[in-house]
Amino acid sequence: MSLVPTEDQELLAKTAADFVREHSPVARVRALRDARDATGFSRPLWKQMAELGWVGIPFPEALGGAGLGLADLAVVLEELGRRLAPEPFLATVLLGGQALLLGGSEAQQQAWLPGVTAGTKLLTLAWQEARSRFDPFRIETSAQAAGAGFVLSGAKIAVPDAAVADAIVVAARTSGASGDEAGITLFLVPRASAGLSLTPQTRIDHRSAALLGLDGVRLGREAVVGAVDGGGALLARVLDRATAGLCAEMLGAMSQVFADTVQYLKTRVQFGVPIGSFQALKHRAARVFMEIELARSATLAAVRAADAGDAELPRLVSLAKARCSDAFLLAANEAVQLFGGVGMTDEYDLGFYLKRARVAEMTFGDAAWHRERWARLGGY
Amino acid sequence: MADPETFRTELRAWLEQHAPASLAGSGGGELEGIWGGRKAVWSNPDAKRWLDACAERGFTAPEWPRPYGGGGLSREEAKVLRQELAQRRMPPPLIGFGLTMIGPVLLQFGTEAQKREHLPKICRGEIRWCQGYSEPGAGSDLAGLQTRAVLVTGGPEGDHYLVNGQKVWTSYADQADWMFCLVRTDPEARKQEGITFLLFDMESPGVSVKPIALISGSSPFCETFLSDVRVPVANVVGKVNGGWTVAKALLAHERTMIADAFGGASGGGRTRGLAARAREAVGVAADGALADASLRHRIAQAEMDTRAFVLTTQRARDAARAGHAPGPESSMFKIYGTELNQRRMELQVSIAGPQALGWEGPGFDEAELDLTRQWLRSRGNTIEGGTSEIQLNIIAKRVLGLPD
Ligand SMILES: Cc1cc2nc3c(=O)[nH]c(=O)nc-3n(C[C@H](O)[C@H](O)[C@H](O)COP(=O)(O)OP(=O)(O)OC[C@H]3O[C@@H](n4cnc5c(N)ncnc54)[C@H](O)[C@@H]3O)c2cc1C
Repeated sequence: MSLVPTEDQELLAKTAADFVREHSPVARVRALRDARDATGFSRPLWKQMAELGWVGIPFPEALGGAGLGLADLAVVLEELGRRLAPEPFLATVLLGGQALLLGGSEAQQQAWLPGVTAGTKLLTLAWQEARSRFDPFRIETSAQAAGAGFVLSGAKIAVPDAAVADAIVVAARTSGASGDEAGITLFLVPRASAGLSLTPQTRIDHRSAALLGLDGVRLGREAVVGAVDGGGALLARVLDRATAGLCAEMLGAMSQVFADTVQYLKTRVQFGVPIGSFQALKHRAARVFMEIELARSATLAAVRAADAGDAELPRLVSLAKARCSDAFLLAANEAVQLFGGVGMTDEYDLGFYLKRARVAEMTFGDAAWHRERWARLGGY
Repeated sequence: MADPETFRTELRAWLEQHAPASLAGSGGGELEGIWGGRKAVWSNPDAKRWLDACAERGFTAPEWPRPYGGGGLSREEAKVLRQELAQRRMPPPLIGFGLTMIGPVLLQFGTEAQKREHLPKICRGEIRWCQGYSEPGAGSDLAGLQTRAVLVTGGPEGDHYLVNGQKVWTSYADQADWMFCLVRTDPEARKQEGITFLLFDMESPGVSVKPIALISGSSPFCETFLSDVRVPVANVVGKVNGGWTVAKALLAHERTMIADAFGGASGGGRTRGLAARAREAVGVAADGALADASLRHRIAQAEMDTRAFVLTTQRARDAARAGHAPGPESSMFKIYGTELNQRRMELQVSIAGPQALGWEGPGFDEAELDLTRQWLRSRGNTIEGGTSEIQLNIIAKRVLGLPD
């Protein structure tokens, strides 16, 4: 397993970088925010990305995908992350899409995934709850057996892109107690289901997220994704892969905010010299550089391990997420400090990166949580 | 080139026969490693046998060309060799500045005569080298060195340099046979442009050394005094007044060597066992987690730092193999590897608790005493081979392009 991109991946990276630079400058994120756009991204652009083949990268050709791996998708995610592009790769491709791909029935896959890869259907996953913090198994939403099906009741928070999703994969408890891995079941819940309510949330990064209410939502057995009571392991697998993908996005964003910072150090003049000639700033920049390099290695290892079906995947994902969380926040915090006063203004783009860093850090567990998981997986 | 797996099979048979069991598990570290040289003392004769057997096969310098005493192995084969040695917990047959610093530099800059003269002796562990770079007034500012070398032509001894000055922090100068050294040959030129890279025998008249004790209690350092030392012109490596180029190349090798020693290829092993030791020291809670939560957290952090670092060195090697020329990464690896080693030593001291406080005598076992001294020695890691501050300057300038 080599940790350098293949020639195909380099080519893909170049195409993606060019496309994103042209079609998705950070100004677009700002405009969507200022317009209080409920969708949170651009549907025509999403369609275009699907036509470019990006949305289908990790799906089999039979479902309209490219039959490639997470390592290939990561290349695109990194370039999207560079410009903070808000298109719903995480929600649709990595969460909802991967849940159906890894655990869905033939019928579920046929019904949904060709639409996903074509860019016409959107999915997401609802896993977090008010009291779950970062533990994906702390689920209180219940799914009671009723007749031939189930009735779902409960509330989910921070469901990415739920406002526009056509269906939501919901993690609910069919048995066991909050915190148990066993007893969790995943359900495919169409958006239009009776009893389902969505309330958009406004978060610091202004990406679309919503509260999900489930008030006696009735589902048939065919809504179960994977096995009844066996959804915990499936959920963990989906989240590991999605986390690796998020790390790639974070890597792009931290690389860009750092590149902008270095550029500023070379051009901003104080005391008659570029501020980048001050050693106190040079050394800080050099340290950020090193942290990003380490985050990159860990991320590359994680996405490759996912494709190789490596048993070490959970550890490598925790390594990547811990490092990316710390490095992205460091790069963003240092950027604001090194830009000085203007770094605090809304007019500059840095703030978007800082806010994105915080949101990404809190998604799928922060650095401390992943170090904790590393220790647990290490048996101590 | 044979197929690596065929090579592995042959190698295993060879190791079966030649790897002495008495050496398995003995450290390859600075303290007990096999350094060789004219002054070597062989307290365990198996170490000498192991060295000779490996030198015979070129395994002391596996990737160097055969005519110079190396093994002529491909990168893959050398990797197999490292794996098999690690598996049997065999120490490297030979360590030292000959293999890691002057050897690679001679391969790159040496004349054919210099290569034939010095490289085979390095490979056989016959000559131990020391590094004469630092001076009392020239540490970080290495190019500020003052040791003078004046060319003397004609005469019965042939053309030679007369060298006068003082070197300092010369590690193991008292045990070394030859020195590679930087001297000033043109005092008028810009400071980087008047330096020449010289080799000389430590037994030359006019060389004297005086050990300096370290805070760890050992004294591998020396002050080295050079008074009218005669060095033949044939011992100039590279061009006269062009020594800075050679010096910098050697420093890159030195940084890589230091980084490798602390975190690179061999680094994975250095955090292994931390959790087990901590379990013994502080016990475990009902859920199986270490009873001391902060220690547990620090161990996880150290393991993860190590893993990320090992992956990064692997990525650099993969990139080199894919044809991307290595950049100034060695500076980054030097900083990160040495700081990582220091954090690990601090952590081991924390785990050992009061047992880490022993200097000598009763109440402390040998491993504990060794730990204390290794921790103290590790403080030098971020100084030797160029301080972290100097490496950060290099990254800022050469990688990030920040202005002077
Ligand atoms: C264990 C050990 C082994 C060694 N072995 C050898 C050897 O075998 N041969 C040999 O020749 N040398 C050897 N050295 C010497 C070593 O290379 C020097 O100690 C080192 O380069 C620093 O120089 P100095 O000690 O003169 O410190 P100084 O250069 O005086 O530095 C003092 C402090 O100032 C900082 N500083 C200096 N300049 C700058 C700058 N431009 N920007 C920011 N900070 C700066 C340094 O980082 C340091 O913190 C060894 C040192 C150690 C600790």
